[in-house]
Formats: sequence, C-alpha cells, structure tokens
Amino acid sequence: MKSIIRCLVLAAFVVAAGSASAQPAPQGSGGQTTTGTAGSAAVAPEKGTAPIVPPVSPADKGAAQGTGPEGAQSPGPSTQPTGSPDGAGGSDAGSAANVGSAAGSAAPAGAGSAAPAGAGSAAPAGGQAGVAWYDVLANKPIEESGTFWMPKSVNEAADDSDLMFYSVLALSAIFFFAITIAVVYFAVKYRHRPGHKPQPSAAHNDALEITWTVIPTIIVVFLFWYGWRSYIRVVTPPQKAVEIQVLAWRWNWQFTHANGVTDSDLHVPVNTPVRLVMTSKDVLHSFYAPAMRVKQDLVPRRYTYAWFKATKPGTYRLTCAEYCGTSHAQMACLETDKHTGSCLRRAVVVVHSPGDYERYLADKAANMLNMAPVDLGKLVYEKKGCNACHTVDGSARVGPTWKGSFGTTVPLSDGTSAKVDENYIRESMMAPQAKLHQGYPPSMPSFEGQLKEKEIEGVIEYMKSLK
Amino acid sequence: MATTANRQPDGPVKEPDFLHVTRGLRSWLLTLDHKRIGMMYLCGILISLIVGGAFALIVRTELWAPGKLFVSGDTYNNFFTLHGAVMVFLVIIPGIPAALGNIIMPIQLGAPDVAFPRLNLASFYLWVAGALLLVLTIPFGSLDTGWTLYTPYSLETKTPVLIAVSGVFLLGFSSIFTGLNFLVTIHKFRPQGMGWFQLPLNVWAIYATAIMQVLATPVLGITVLLLAVERFAHIGIFDPNMGGDPVLFQHFFWFYSHPAVYIMIIPGMGVISELISTFARKPIFGYRFVAYSSVSLALLSFIVWGHHMFVSGQSRLANMVFSALTFTVGIPSAIKVFNWVATLYKGDIRLKTPMLYALGFLLLFTIGGLTGLFLGILSVDVHLHDTYFVVAHFHYVMMGSTLVAFLGALHYWYPKFTGKMYPESLGQLCSLGVFFGFNLTFLPQFVMGSRGMPRRYWDYDPQYQIFHQLSTIGAYVLGISIFISVVSLFWSFKYGKKAPRNPWGGSSLEWQAPTPPTLYNFENPPVLHELYNYDDLEEIEPDVWVRNTPIEDAPARADAIARQTGAVADHTHGASLKEKAISDVHAKAEEVRAEHKLTETSHGRPVDPAKIDQDFKDAAKVSGAGEVMPTAEKVEEVEAKDKPGSVTQGWDVPEVPSDDKEKK
Repeated sequence: MKSIIRCLVLAAFVVAAGSASAQPAPQGSGGQTTTGTAGSAAVAPEKGTAPIVPPVSPADKGAAQGTGPEGAQSPGPSTQPTGSPDGAGGSDAGSAANVGSAAGSAAPAGAGSAAPAGAGSAAPAGGQAGVAWYDVLANKPIEESGTFWMPKSVNEAADDSDLMFYSVLALSAIFFFAITIAVVYFAVKYRHRPGHKPQPSAAHNDALEITWTVIPTIIVVFLFWYGWRSYIRVVTPPQKAVEIQVLAWRWNWQFTHANGVTDSDLHVPVNTPVRLVMTSKDVLHSFYAPAMRVKQDLVPRRYTYAWFKATKPGTYRLTCAEYCGTSHAQMACLETDKHTGSCLRRAVVVVHSPGDYERYLADKAANMLNMAPVDLGKLVYEKKGCNACHTVDGSARVGPTWKGSFGTTVPLSDGTSAKVDENYIRESMMAPQAKLHQGYPPSMPSFEGQLKEKEIEGVIEYMKSLK
Repeated sequence: MATTANRQPDGPVKEPDFLHVTRGLRSWLLTLDHKRIGMMYLCGILISLIVGGAFALIVRTELWAPGKLFVSGDTYNNFFTLHGAVMVFLVIIPGIPAALGNIIMPIQLGAPDVAFPRLNLASFYLWVAGALLLVLTIPFGSLDTGWTLYTPYSLETKTPVLIAVSGVFLLGFSSIFTGLNFLVTIHKFRPQGMGWFQLPLNVWAIYATAIMQVLATPVLGITVLLLAVERFAHIGIFDPNMGGDPVLFQHFFWFYSHPAVYIMIIPGMGVISELISTFARKPIFGYRFVAYSSVSLALLSFIVWGHHMFVSGQSRLANMVFSALTFTVGIPSAIKVFNWVATLYKGDIRLKTPMLYALGFLLLFTIGGLTGLFLGILSVDVHLHDTYFVVAHFHYVMMGSTLVAFLGALHYWYPKFTGKMYPESLGQLCSLGVFFGFNLTFLPQFVMGSRGMPRRYWDYDPQYQIFHQLSTIGAYVLGISIFISVVSLFWSFKYGKKAPRNPWGGSSLEWQAPTPPTLYNFENPPVLHELYNYDDLEEIEPDVWVRNTPIEDAPARADAIARQTGAVADHTHGASLKEKAISDVHAKAEEVRAEHKLTETSHGRPVDPAKIDQDFKDAAKVSGAGEVMPTAEKVEEVEAKDKPGSVTQGWDVPEVPSDDKEKK
C-alpha cells in the first residue's frame, strides 16, 4: 500500500512541476515524421528571405513575358503592362497573368526581382506547365516535421496548448504506469497458489481515500485553469489581423480575400495574424488545419471565427473535420488517383514569405480574368469544387461526368429529356434542381452569384472542349 | 461427491430450474420471468454485437490503405453509421443493465422478480422493435448520418432518417422502462435487513444507471421526435433555412448522449467491483466511496454535455463552464480506480477469465479516463476534437471498459444462469486476445489523432497508413477473440460441464440461489451475510465453494449457533419460548447429523439412519424441549412450516401476479 501512495505522491509532484515549468521533452521515440521530401522541405525556408519587394515592376514583367513564349495560353498579356502594386484592382494587374500561366521554366527568367518565389518553387516542381507560381507552392508536398505525437505547431498562439498536451501526456504516463505496476505487482505477489490465503488488511481508510480524492482534484483544477488560459489565447485574435472570408459547401472551401480573389487553397502571409470569418452554404463543416492547431465548425447562416499567426512559410494540411456526407473524406480534393480513388492533392494552407501574399493577391486577381475561356473554365472546375462531384474522364461520381456531355441529350428525373447546350449548363449551375439529370441525387448547390460571367462562359467552353 | 452434496448449503434442488420449468417457444416469448427476459435480451445483444463488430471490421478493412479497397464514399458512411448506431443503441446501452442486470440484479437483492414483470417484457419487445427498425433502414438505402444524427445534414440526406429515429425513439423507451423498473425494484424489493449500504456495488451501479435512464432518455425521445417532425412537416426547429438552429440539436443530443456514456460505463464499474472483490477474496476497498462515486458520476454526467461542442460555435463562457465541470467527472473516476487497485492488496488473487477481464478493464479504463483529460482541456481539445484521438478515447471507455466489463460479467454469472461452466482455458485465452487486440487497435489511433487524422474518413493521407494497418490487425485479433468467446458460450450452454452453486466463492445472494435458479430464484429464503466477507467461504474442490457455517438450509440451526457464539444477530428474537426450544432441537440434531455424515462418508462407510434418529432423541433430551422428533422427515416438515415469514428471516415475499403463477 505504501508503494501506491509513494507513486501517487510522486506523480502529483511531477504534474505540478510539469504544468508549471518548461515543456517536457517530447516523446520523440518515433523520430521524424516528415511526409514531404527532404528537398521540398529544405526549399521552403530559404525562399522566405528573397521576395522583399512585393510590387512587381512592369518592366520586369515585360521581361518575363518575352522569355516565356511557351506560356502561349495567356492571352495578350503585354497589352496591359502596368500592374497595380497593391493588387486591389484585379483586372488591371493583368500583366501578372503571364507569371501564372507561363510554364515553370518561364518563371525563373523573370526571377531577378519579379518572381523569386516562382524561381524557388518552380524548379523542384518542374513540369507543371501552365501552373501559376502560387499553385506550384500549393501543389508542393505537405511539409510536416514534429514529434512522434504531433506535427510541429506553426501557429504562435498554439504554443501553450502544445505545452499542455505534452504535460498531460507526461502526467498520464506517470499515472498509467503507476497503476499498471501496482496491478501487475499485486496480481503476481498475491496470486493464488496452494497454501496462500488472503491476509487481513483494512477494508477502508478514510485518510488514504481523502488523499486520493484531493490530489486528483488539485490536478484537474490546474489543468482546467491552464487549459482555459491557453484557450483564450487560441481563440482571441489581435485587433489588427488580415481578414479572410471562408465559405464551405459540399465539398469545397472558398477563401475570399480582401480584394475579392477567391481560391480553394488558403493563402496567408507569414508572421501576420489572420482572422477567418466562416460560414457554410449547406451543412456543418469544420475548418481544421492541424499544424495551426485551429479547428472551428462552420455553421450555415451563422458566422464563426478562427485565427492564427503562422510562423513559418510552407504548405500545410487543411481538412474538414465535421462529417458532411458523401465526400467528407475528400473535401476540396483537386486530384484523385485513377485506380484507387485516393485523393492526391487536397486543398492546403499556403503560408507565404513576406511580400508573397500581396503578390499572390495581385497575380491571382489578374489571372482569373485574363485566361483563355477554356483555361478559366478548367480553373473554375478545380477551384470551385465542381471536381468534387463531376469527373472529366468519363466516370460517374456524385454527379454526371462532363466528358463528352456537351451536345448530348440527357434524361431528366421528371421523365422528360433535355439537350446539354449552353443554356442547359447555365441553368444547371444557377438552379441545379430545375432540370435534374436522371439517376443523380439533387445535392448540387446553386452557384447563383458565385461566378462571374466570364467564369460561366469558361465552364461552358471547358465542357465543350472535353470530347 | 457425497461430501460436496452434503456440504452444499441447500442440498439438492427440488423445484425445476427456470430454464426447464416450462417448455416451448411460447413459454419464452411470453414469459414474465426476469431471467428469461434477460436471456432473450442477452441473445439479441450478442447477435447485435457480432453484427456491429462485422461492420467495424468492414470499416477497418477499408482503411487498410488510402483510397478505395472495396467500399468508399456513401457505402463507407453507411457502414460506420451502422456500426455506431448498432453498438451504442443495441449493444452497449442495454448490455449490462438490461441483459445481465435483468438476470442477476433481482437475485442479488434476494427478490423473486423485478417489480413490474410485464413492463419488463414490454421493454424487451420495444428493444426488438427498435432493433428491427434500425435493421430496416438497410434495405431502404441505409443511414449515412453517423450515429450522432447532426443537423442540418440529417434533415437533408435522402437516407431513411425517419425509420432510424423511430427505432431510436422506441429503444429510448425500452431504456426508460427498464430504468424505472429497476428503480422501483431496488427501492421496494430489498429484503429486510438489507440497507442501502448492504447492497452489492453492482446494484448501486444499476441504481445510478437507472436514474440516468429515467431522467435523460426522454430528452433523446423529444429530440428525435422534433427531428422527425421537422423532416416530415418542415417546421423550422434545427434547419437554419427555416429559422432553426442546428447547434441546438447538438445541445439536445448531447444532453442525452453524454449521460448515455455513463449509462454505458457505470454498470461496467459495478460489475468490476464485484469481480475484483470476489477474485481477490477481499472486501471492496472503501465501499462507501465507490458507491457514492457511482451516484456522483451519474449526477455530474448531466451537466457536462457541452464538452462535445467546444468547437461547434458555442460561446466561450459556455466552453469555460463545461470544461470546468468536465474535470469534476475525473475525480470520482479516479477514486474508483484507486479503490479497485487497493482491493487487490493482500488478497488471494485468482486469475480466472472474469478476473482477467476485470484487470484488463482497470488498465483500459485508466487509459480511457486519462485521455479524457486531454479532451477536457479547452485549448488541446481544439486540436484533437473530431480526430481519431477522440475515436480512440471513447472506444477505450465504451468498448475497452464497458464491453470488457460486459464480457467479464458474462463469464462470471454465466454458470449461475445457465447452469453450465464455460471452457476456462479458452476463456482466458480469449480475454488476453481481447486485451491485446484492443490495445493494438486503438493505441495507434491516439497517435493518428494527435497528428491530425480526422474521423469518418475513408480516404486518408499516406502518412497514416502504418497506424491504420496496425489498427486493422488489432481489430481482427479483437474481433476473432470476441467471436470465439461468444461461440464458446453458446456451445457451453449445451455441452458445458455442469456448474456448481457457487463456482467463484461469491458472497452476494445470487450464489445462494440454486444453479440455475428456480422460477422465483430461491427455494429457501436466502440468508444475509456480511457483504464481501469471504472468511466463511471455502473452496472444497476446484470451482466449488461452500460456506463453512452452513446456515442457509437451517435457519433455526443458524440461530442456535449464533446465540451460542453471541455473534451476528439473534434471528429468533421475538419468538415464543416453544419456538425457541424447537429450533434448539433442530439445531442440535442438525449438528449431530452433519457430523455423522461427514465422519462416516469420509471413512467410506454408509450412514446409518437409525443412528441419526437416535442422535435426534439424544439431542431432544439434552435440550429439554420435551418433544421428540422421531425422524428426519418430521424435521423437514416442521422446518417447512416455519419457513415463509418465519421468525428467522425477514423475507419479503412480494405479491405475484396470478398469470405469473400459471406459468408454473
């Protein structure tokens, strides 16, 4: 009996020490758990130093233009040589489009000052022809280093919560091993064998029992208090923060930035508080970025908030943590494996080096309106989540495939049929339930007000191109 | 066997046991006997367990690799929903209280049945109806909402939510009726002399559970009713598009479902108290602390529901309050674990199958409880909420603790209610398989969860694959172990070795009942002994225990011994002089007879009846009662006359409904 008490008292001391003082050594027995390749992990931090100059000089852009002829899909970029430095007026930053739609090899050409990030990241991801530099960043493998237990936190506000996690882990380990040792020791020492009899001992002992009531009580009071304090840090954003609107629906994210740029990847600046104002279009979703330690449900017709201050540029995971139906597991999946259906590329959080965030806003805004309609349509397909339900390879998912659908006549759920033409496609986007393709569930949300005119045209053109 | 038979407290059983008192399917389906109802529950629950387990294995198999192996998307969602709904509503909630509680609890009280036998049967059929409705969802497209039925998804999905919630509604009422029945039974059917603190801890736990069942389950009924009304009549309650509040549903749902977690775990704690005490041959350490902690857990469980909703958008003040309250739950849980461990101290520990389950429970529950601390801490919960960490945590509590306790309890009482022993070595092997398989399944899930793997994903990032594979292997070990256990129990029911009355040396009243018990459980009024006192119990051969003070069959003799030694209580208090004299004669004669039989048989010679009669006469002379009992038959006759409502025992014989008598 004394041994138990000794163990418990010891445990209590360690707990008090653990929660009050420094972070206990992480239980790093499992070693590193990086999923990203060593190469890509190494690239990220260096790139953070380069692009201090966010406004892109028109001259440099011109240079980039000239050397990137293989980026042929960008329509007449040189006609608008003046970029808006603040990136707010998306349309007149048009010349930046070439950076986006130029081939990977084109970007380094302008690397002098215009696209340093492109230079840094396009190289390892070579061959991503026609992919914008910021998407190259987003396509990079997820970098995660950390302990056996958790990826390293890149959110300054969550450091306390990690400390709590490891403290409680140590506390739990102590209690668990104390109890296990006691159970095993007793079970062996007092095991039944011939001639062995139970020995008399007290049937209760108030002092002892009060002790082991009071000790856990003290421990949990501490846990509560520090948990509450660190929680307040995790959920209270500073006054000045970059605000990003988050809209979720089945099964995609849409992040809307201050200048109206929307994307299904979340791009944020490093070392800057970012506040998310979130809501959902249909059912509950939950924004979960493990490396940021941020999780918050999105509730339809109500705003919820989250914030973080990322400390290290890089590409981080983003998942939906609240069950939302068929493709919950593949929320905002941009690319799936043909054979297994496994998602190869989900939406991510891209933390930009200083200055790159502004460049992203400008380039993205320009990009979205200066592409060939087919390319724009493809972008909308990927970024607005059409791909969550519609394939372009002929297989059916939640919705009918787009491949070869244009011009066909499809049966409708009310028994009639309709020809897939421009008007049908437009109506299907704006009022999806009006003429429902037979055999598919009426689960598509309306995109009324979500798409610009050009984007709608783009989608139609893109569907036409899928023969 | 002669020795055994002689020292068996009640001697041979004269009445048929409850399994054979009547025959035919009808006699089972319309029975009012709590043991038969309990056994029907048990069969239903074991079948549901295997079905729910099969769903779990489908889910785990799919998770062997990222991407689709054989189910994906909607099908996967159906399977995890079915797994959750079947396991929660059909297996774990009714597992210990409705099945084993029904069979054992009235016997532990020394009662002939529960207070409302018809209500008991009705609650069983409600369970059957609810179970059928849940199964019926499968041909109608199968539910895909998760067992939590969160709105607004459950309002929009095309899957048969209405059928499922009707099933849940009926299951809720089944649970309420069972709880109500047990509350009344425990209040009114305790024998005289059995105060609240002479109740076995299992009964305490069932009492605490019954309080929660009666108070919390109606909220579930109302919630699913509102959900059904909203789906059916489009009245805005939870649907934000109609002015409803989807988070309100979560409040309602967890207001029931959090107490439901304790409806699952507290009966488990009750049986563990019994198992550990019996197999350690020690009174439970700090009985009152353990009893009070059951009730305090039951009460606290009503005010912590909000900790399921820390990231739902509920206010921070609410989060703070719920976090603080949640930690209070840790205290009684910790007390229980410490008390159980302390009970082992200086015991004489027998590692039979039920005890192996009980020790496994201690370790698993400790892990389940400690990982609950992580989730109670607000800032840490933000990271861990809705990840595999939560999945692992609640499986440690609901499965690692409750189901392991259920299996332990099943093995412990199995000989009592079936009259057959299960194969011990196989049982021990399976209990180890369950323990290691379970840990292999769920320990990796903690790591996955803290690394950020969300729940309810059929497709995942390849970095988690190794953990998923370990988990899947563990799940098969676990599933096979449980399956073999269940099959071996069914097998033993027919082919098992005959069980003695008290195979484990238990001290509570059920071990005085015949094995299997008779229709009204006891032939003779059971005699109260000091609870959890094992000093009198002796193992005379493997798995056969008797009391050294064989007072069960001869209350009069017990009184005589009691008076002589000045111990216990004078059960003949208030009896007339003549009655006392008669009881003296009986006592003396019994003693003599017992001695003779013992010595004679131990020398291999038969007992001479004439000699016994002579001893009787001698005894009568010595006692000076002046009345001679010539034969043993006469003694029995007098005793029989004395028994019901006799001076010797406060034995409440409840009114038995007339149709209940008919079944005899």
